[in-house]
Amino acid sequence: MSDTHSGHENSGQQSSTALSPLADPGLPPHVYRRADTEPRAAKKAEQQVAILFGLSAASTIAFIASFVGIKKDVFVFVPLFGSTQAQQLALGITLALSLFLIGAGAVHWAKTLMPDHEVIQDRHELRSSDEDRQGVIDVFHEGAEAAGLGRRSLIKRTLLGSVGLVTLTPILLLRDMGPLPRKQLETTNWAAGRRLVTDPDGKPLKASDLQVGAVAHILPEMPEGSELTLNDLVKDAVIVVRLRPEDLNLPADRKDWVHEGIIAFSKICSHMGCAVGLYEQQTHHLLCPCHQSTFDVETGAQVIFGPAARPLPQLAITVDSEGYLIAKQGFTQPVGPSFWERSS
Amino acid sequence: MKKILRHRRHPIAHFLVLGIALLAIGFGYTLLSPSNAAIATNARSQAVEEGRQIFLKGCSSCHGLNAEGSTQVPTLLGVGAASVDFQVGTGRMPLANNGVQAMRKKPVYNAEETAALAAYVASLSPGPAIPNAAQLNYERDGNIAEGGQLFRTNCAMCHNYAGQGGALTQGKYAPSLMGVEVKKMYEAMLTGPQSMPVFGDRAISPQQKLSMIKFLKGIDAEKGQGGFSLGKVGPVTEGLVGWVLGLGLLIGVSVWLGAKSK
Amino acid sequence: MTTGKRIGGNVANFVDERTGAGRALKKNLGKVFPDHWSFMLGEVAMYSFVILLLSGTFLTFFFVPSQEEIIYKGNYAPLSGLSMSQAYASTVDMSFDVRGGMLMRQIHHWSALIFLAAMVVHMMRVFFTGAYRKPRELNWVLGVGLLTLGIVEGFLGYSLPDDLLSGTGIRIAEAIIQAIPLIGTYVAFFLFGGGFPGTIFISRIYTIHVLLVPGIILALITAHVLLVWFQKHTQYPGPGRTEKNVVGFPLLPVYMAKAGGFFFIVFGITTFLGAVASINPIWLYGPYNPSQISAGSQPDWYMGWLDGLVRMAPNWETHAFGHTVSWNILIPGLIVPGIMFTGLALWPFIESWVTGDKREHHLLERPRNAPTRTAVGAMALTFTMVTLINGGNDLLATHFGLSINQIMWFSRIGVFVLPPIAYFVTKRICLGLQHKDRDTVLHGRESGRLVMLPSGEFIEVHEPIDQYARYSLTNHEQPAVVELQLEDAHGVARPGSVKEKIRARLSRGMYGEQVQKPTEKDLLELEDGHH
Repeated sequence: MSDTHSGHENSGQQSSTALSPLADPGLPPHVYRRADTEPRAAKKAEQQVAILFGLSAASTIAFIASFVGIKKDVFVFVPLFGSTQAQQLALGITLALSLFLIGAGAVHWAKTLMPDHEVIQDRHELRSSDEDRQGVIDVFHEGAEAAGLGRRSLIKRTLLGSVGLVTLTPILLLRDMGPLPRKQLETTNWAAGRRLVTDPDGKPLKASDLQVGAVAHILPEMPEGSELTLNDLVKDAVIVVRLRPEDLNLPADRKDWVHEGIIAFSKICSHMGCAVGLYEQQTHHLLCPCHQSTFDVETGAQVIFGPAARPLPQLAITVDSEGYLIAKQGFTQPVGPSFWERSS
Repeated sequence: MKKILRHRRHPIAHFLVLGIALLAIGFGYTLLSPSNAAIATNARSQAVEEGRQIFLKGCSSCHGLNAEGSTQVPTLLGVGAASVDFQVGTGRMPLANNGVQAMRKKPVYNAEETAALAAYVASLSPGPAIPNAAQLNYERDGNIAEGGQLFRTNCAMCHNYAGQGGALTQGKYAPSLMGVEVKKMYEAMLTGPQSMPVFGDRAISPQQKLSMIKFLKGIDAEKGQGGFSLGKVGPVTEGLVGWVLGLGLLIGVSVWLGAKSK
Repeated sequence: MTTGKRIGGNVANFVDERTGAGRALKKNLGKVFPDHWSFMLGEVAMYSFVILLLSGTFLTFFFVPSQEEIIYKGNYAPLSGLSMSQAYASTVDMSFDVRGGMLMRQIHHWSALIFLAAMVVHMMRVFFTGAYRKPRELNWVLGVGLLTLGIVEGFLGYSLPDDLLSGTGIRIAEAIIQAIPLIGTYVAFFLFGGGFPGTIFISRIYTIHVLLVPGIILALITAHVLLVWFQKHTQYPGPGRTEKNVVGFPLLPVYMAKAGGFFFIVFGITTFLGAVASINPIWLYGPYNPSQISAGSQPDWYMGWLDGLVRMAPNWETHAFGHTVSWNILIPGLIVPGIMFTGLALWPFIESWVTGDKREHHLLERPRNAPTRTAVGAMALTFTMVTLINGGNDLLATHFGLSINQIMWFSRIGVFVLPPIAYFVTKRICLGLQHKDRDTVLHGRESGRLVMLPSGEFIEVHEPIDQYARYSLTNHEQPAVVELQLEDAHGVARPGSVKEKIRARLSRGMYGEQVQKPTEKDLLELEDGHH
């Protein structure tokens, strides 16, 4: 190739300018490898490469043997790692070795036996020549002229209009990917009289079932035949805790939302919707493990730390005639993270 | 039998029968109620007394002479023997220093002293009792899959999905549950020590508690399925290993690859 | 002629007569690539992507992308009888019941982590050496696109198994979408086919994860590599290396063997990780259930900085006219990342505007010789590191006896304070190194040998460096500050526009402080002094 030359023929000619102490002296003189000068070293390198490839092949055979021979329920003890599934480990290690050794062999081959004279290749400016550029412009103009783009403005306008319009179709086609939100984000299954049952086993709870300091993870009891889906859980999950009534310091309008110190909040974080399940019974704080918003149960789950902006919505509760905990009413505001249509 | 019957009219017989009857009544009396119970009561009250002595020496300075507590220190009235057994038996109580929370350490009191303390505290006001071995047979009574589900709903938010523990607010933390004795786990659920809430028997039944314990013991004993577990704390350690070991090895090889051979 | 050669010749002839490939091959097989370990980082990323394609294809044979709820009846007892999605169940099954299934899953996940890590360090190499300068700005932009797509692709893959951890991640992503003013709720409902989580998003993101995004990534990688091919690779400066040449090894055989071998090495090391280190143990996480959560719920590292930003955000929310704007989500979730990635993509253009440098550059710059750029890079990395650390604050708290509240406050303050400190410190270090280079050229290298002068004074002997080393330390450019033109061509005073003032200001910041590199005059004067 015309623009390629060996770096070392070149270096002498360039270093002739080395009268100046800072001029480019050209590539440093080539240092030969042992394999270049000693046939024995080259032979040894060749053997090393062959051994690497050979070991890889052996490793692949070991892979096949592990695949066929090791049962799934065999575990081996490896110091530091503990007991681990033998087949997975054997398959992995043998495959890793087979692959790695092929690579190592190839690289070793390239490094020791393939030519290591650095080659110099010239760069060429990427920019096209002025004639080429002019040529393109001419062709473009001729094409546009021939098609009458400049003159036939009616065609131009209708074309632009129709292409613009047709790009709307994908947006339209995506419309049926889902229903409109309507009031879905604002409604839950909680309603007046609905019993609080434990998650996941559905036991109704009496006030006496919860001691002071107790927590219960709660879902609404559903009528026979209807079950809660994940879409329901994401709005209905509630956390119930019991404090000494005198520890509570709720806003006046929510004082009777509590039954004997038992208080219920939506468990879905008002920040990003994780389950705020982490209750510290001494400090009466609820913590969201996702982003560490901290809510103070005593004051009605007001935010005291972290990125959440709103308190957890409180569920008003009381007991029914049999003494079971029930919701006094549904949530009075949407649960979960904020959204544009949310009004408060 | 006939021989005896033949002698029943014998004058001594009356005395004999009377004597036997008296003996029987006497034995029966001792066997049946008061004196045996009295001995047991005696032993218990002895333990309570012993516990009271330990309490006065080791605990009352904080919890008060009558275990009534204060604004800073919780009352022990109604916490039950289970709570004492957990707190003292895991070395959390007595407190070593005023850190953010009591840590597990070598217990200060031995098993007998702990039992005595528990008996004393239980005698003050009724509370959850220490579960016995029959109540803790999780292998028999627990269901591991149900336990996993309950654990993820009730416990994983603090203790992590595999019971490795996690952070609470202000430097407090939920401890790892690996290697914890069954009884201690059970007692913790029952009594809600420190930041942990209470999971009473009627909210989480004894059988459900055993299921969760079985799940945790299963994780504790689970052998590596895909190699070294990296601590079972999620993607943070995975990212660290990916960068340090994965990329580290690859950069090492790159350097080898770019270096000139000798 | 052997049979083999004859067949080979015939095939080559067949192909060449129909494609003319011979001409292209002749031109390209001898193409020269410069050799340096840091040039392999991009290859690590590319090979990881190939590994992802291979292992991912295997996974698709067993994965069922469906959210249909089923009862698990497989071999893993702790899940037995639980209700879960088919996606989750099939992932558990392929881990336990398919030979090599666990290995392939782990290889796939590890190579995803490495893919992104390699892209980041590759990008750092390109940034700190100024390789993105003209004519490679477009390739830099392609790279930013690849990084962005890689993050998206990784997050989608992490979400597919529908376990408790990934479901939590999707929940958070949904909350971010929902927070977009005006259209957010609608977009979320369309994406999820209704309310979250719905029953269709797994199959939708599956198509995006296995077809759409990898397709785009593949196309971008092709363009990225083709551009490298046409523009020829940059090289580090040094004796014999100029803006007009490329010094290195020819594609055939050296580079082919090295690069080909390196693919196997990357594959081997990833497989090794997949063999020994457990990753994403979804059977422990349990199936997704929105009412459950685990302590330490984190995304993979490449999203960790985003999670850290969200954690440290102030809790601002605006309620007005019956609508809600969640700044606590929008700022860390969309606005800051938007600024970060836009800034990243525009950096080459910003730099060339400030410096006024419109020339082609094929020689790289040593980071110390571009102190401002290096300092800006250090600043950006520090910012990202603080947010990344905050993303793992709960684990840091438990493992180092700290509190999440402390770490959060450290991060909230540190994210503003530490990057400028990093900027100044880095710039000082660079200038210090420039000083050292200047001293080395003028006075030689410290030899470590102490000699006692007749006066009894000890001095360290400085060995003069050779012409190659001297050239390496002095060949860089030291551009002048762009001065504000306060007079026009006719000498009439004119007020500089605001834009020009900013530019002059930035240029002063960029080049105002340089340690003058030694000139020939300096050297000659010094030599005269010695003789």
